[in-house]
Amino acid sequence: MLLINCPYCGEREQEEFSCGGEAHIERPKNPPELNDDQWADYLFLRQNIKGLQYERWNHSFGCRQWFNVARNTATDEILAVYKMGEKPPELKSNDPVTPCGEPAIGSGNFSTFKK
Amino acid sequence: MIKRSKKYSVFSLVKNAMSYHENWQPAWRNPEIKKEYDAIIVGGGGHGLTTAYYLAKNHGIRNIAVVEKGWIGGGNTGRNTTIIRSNYLWDQSAAIYDHALKLWEGMSQELNYNVMFSQRGVMNVAHNLHDVRELKRRWHANRLNGIDCEWLDTQGVKNFCPVINTSPNIRYPVLGATLQRRAGTARHDAVAWGYARGADDMGVDIIQNCEVTGINMSNGNVTGIETTKGTINSKKIGVVSAGHSSVIAKMAGIKLPLESRPLQALVSEPVKPVIDTVVMSNTIHAYVSQSDKGELVIGAGTDGYNSYSQRGGFNIVEDTIMAIVELFPLFSRMKMLRHWGGIVDICPDASPIISKTHINGLYFNCGWGTGGFKATPGSGWVFAHTIANDQPHALNSPFSINRFSSGELVDEHGAAAVAH
Repeated sequence: MLLINCPYCGEREQEEFSCGGEAHIERPKNPPELNDDQWADYLFLRQNIKGLQYERWNHSFGCRQWFNVARNTATDEILAVYKMGEKPPELKSNDPVTPCGEPAIGSGNFSTFKK
Repeated sequence: MIKRSKKYSVFSLVKNAMSYHENWQPAWRNPEIKKEYDAIIVGGGGHGLTTAYYLAKNHGIRNIAVVEKGWIGGGNTGRNTTIIRSNYLWDQSAAIYDHALKLWEGMSQELNYNVMFSQRGVMNVAHNLHDVRELKRRWHANRLNGIDCEWLDTQGVKNFCPVINTSPNIRYPVLGATLQRRAGTARHDAVAWGYARGADDMGVDIIQNCEVTGINMSNGNVTGIETTKGTINSKKIGVVSAGHSSVIAKMAGIKLPLESRPLQALVSEPVKPVIDTVVMSNTIHAYVSQSDKGELVIGAGTDGYNSYSQRGGFNIVEDTIMAIVELFPLFSRMKMLRHWGGIVDICPDASPIISKTHINGLYFNCGWGTGGFKATPGSGWVFAHTIANDQPHALNSPFSINRFSSGELVDEHGAAAVAH
């Protein structure tokens, strides 16, 4: 279970929150001009990153505020928390060593991130 | 299909008993990697191995490599709750899942490998008026599609599964259930091993501990893959990498409509036979069956965030156990032995993607989300057809990646075991 540092309430258990998925997806500026593929991209296609992901969370059983979290989806490590409307912080060297974030041989599940 | 020398039978058992079972042949080879194959399957789970098996068997393409980053069947094939059923709502899903169920029925004989397929029935339990309406709708939809399904009232549920608590005084009382008698469970590892053995016997190279690190392309065609064991060339690449599909897709510059999330399950200490069917409840988020070893196999809902960590939150397990204990008070003092998580790739419409891509020779079979195990043979069957003919089988044409542009979604959220 994650321990999430709500920017308004402080650290709380993940059970109090709900995840709103990938952050910084902008609503198209000219919706009538979009073709079907562009709509599909906006509505359905997701980066689904293994590694550093910027995502939205809502403190749904607390202050009910939305905010953003930068989390490593390979290890579930929370790297930064920032408010809605703020630019995502630039974090260094967050790509897994191999594409799946695991050692080249075998299927261990520990973090191979360099910090 | 299996060569006579390798065939398992009572005679081979007796023969090997003479040498204290020390001379059994390995079920599949550990081959040298060739430079080029007619087709490469990325991912050695159930779906990948069945794809290779049916490419060899149905389409005569035998020069195939299955590359697996860990060991075969070590991902979601070894992490599911082994439930098999085909009681889906929409015609497209009913067709593909029932095709798979029919293949399950003959699988042990065909593979000469006991996959312990047990048609013990699956009950989907209703706890409120909405559940009753939805499940009756699915019951009728199933009957119209020729899939066996029955409606049981509360007493019928009690008769079919006597240990269930049908008291009207519990928080979510049992108001009825659908029952698919042809549904059931199978031994998940045996499915991977059986298909691996069958594919290997037809010449398929199964390459374990070989992780894909890149996809090579030129002029819109795939030419091969980069792996931790070097470059392997092929003009056809089928990706069946479940939770890591988006990671592989990114190597080819493709974005998929998938979200990878942890899905947890747990098993109890083994006890004497107590529950001889599969009980699932969408509303209270739990499903349970008993393995042949006697362990209760319990599945939970997905965790509500993306993760590749193969572990989830304890709150999900707690919710599931609370539901199980209310439905089955006699399980309240059982100890749980093991608990694990797998990474499932969920589509927005809870249906799979079995599709060509805009890159020639690159195919994806993904998005099975929380319910891929039941479809293992059917998925491989239609994906092999798609790869061999460069066009989808009639059963998987509705599951093209283009449906997210056209809007022809196959919304099966209601037919998932529990609402995820």
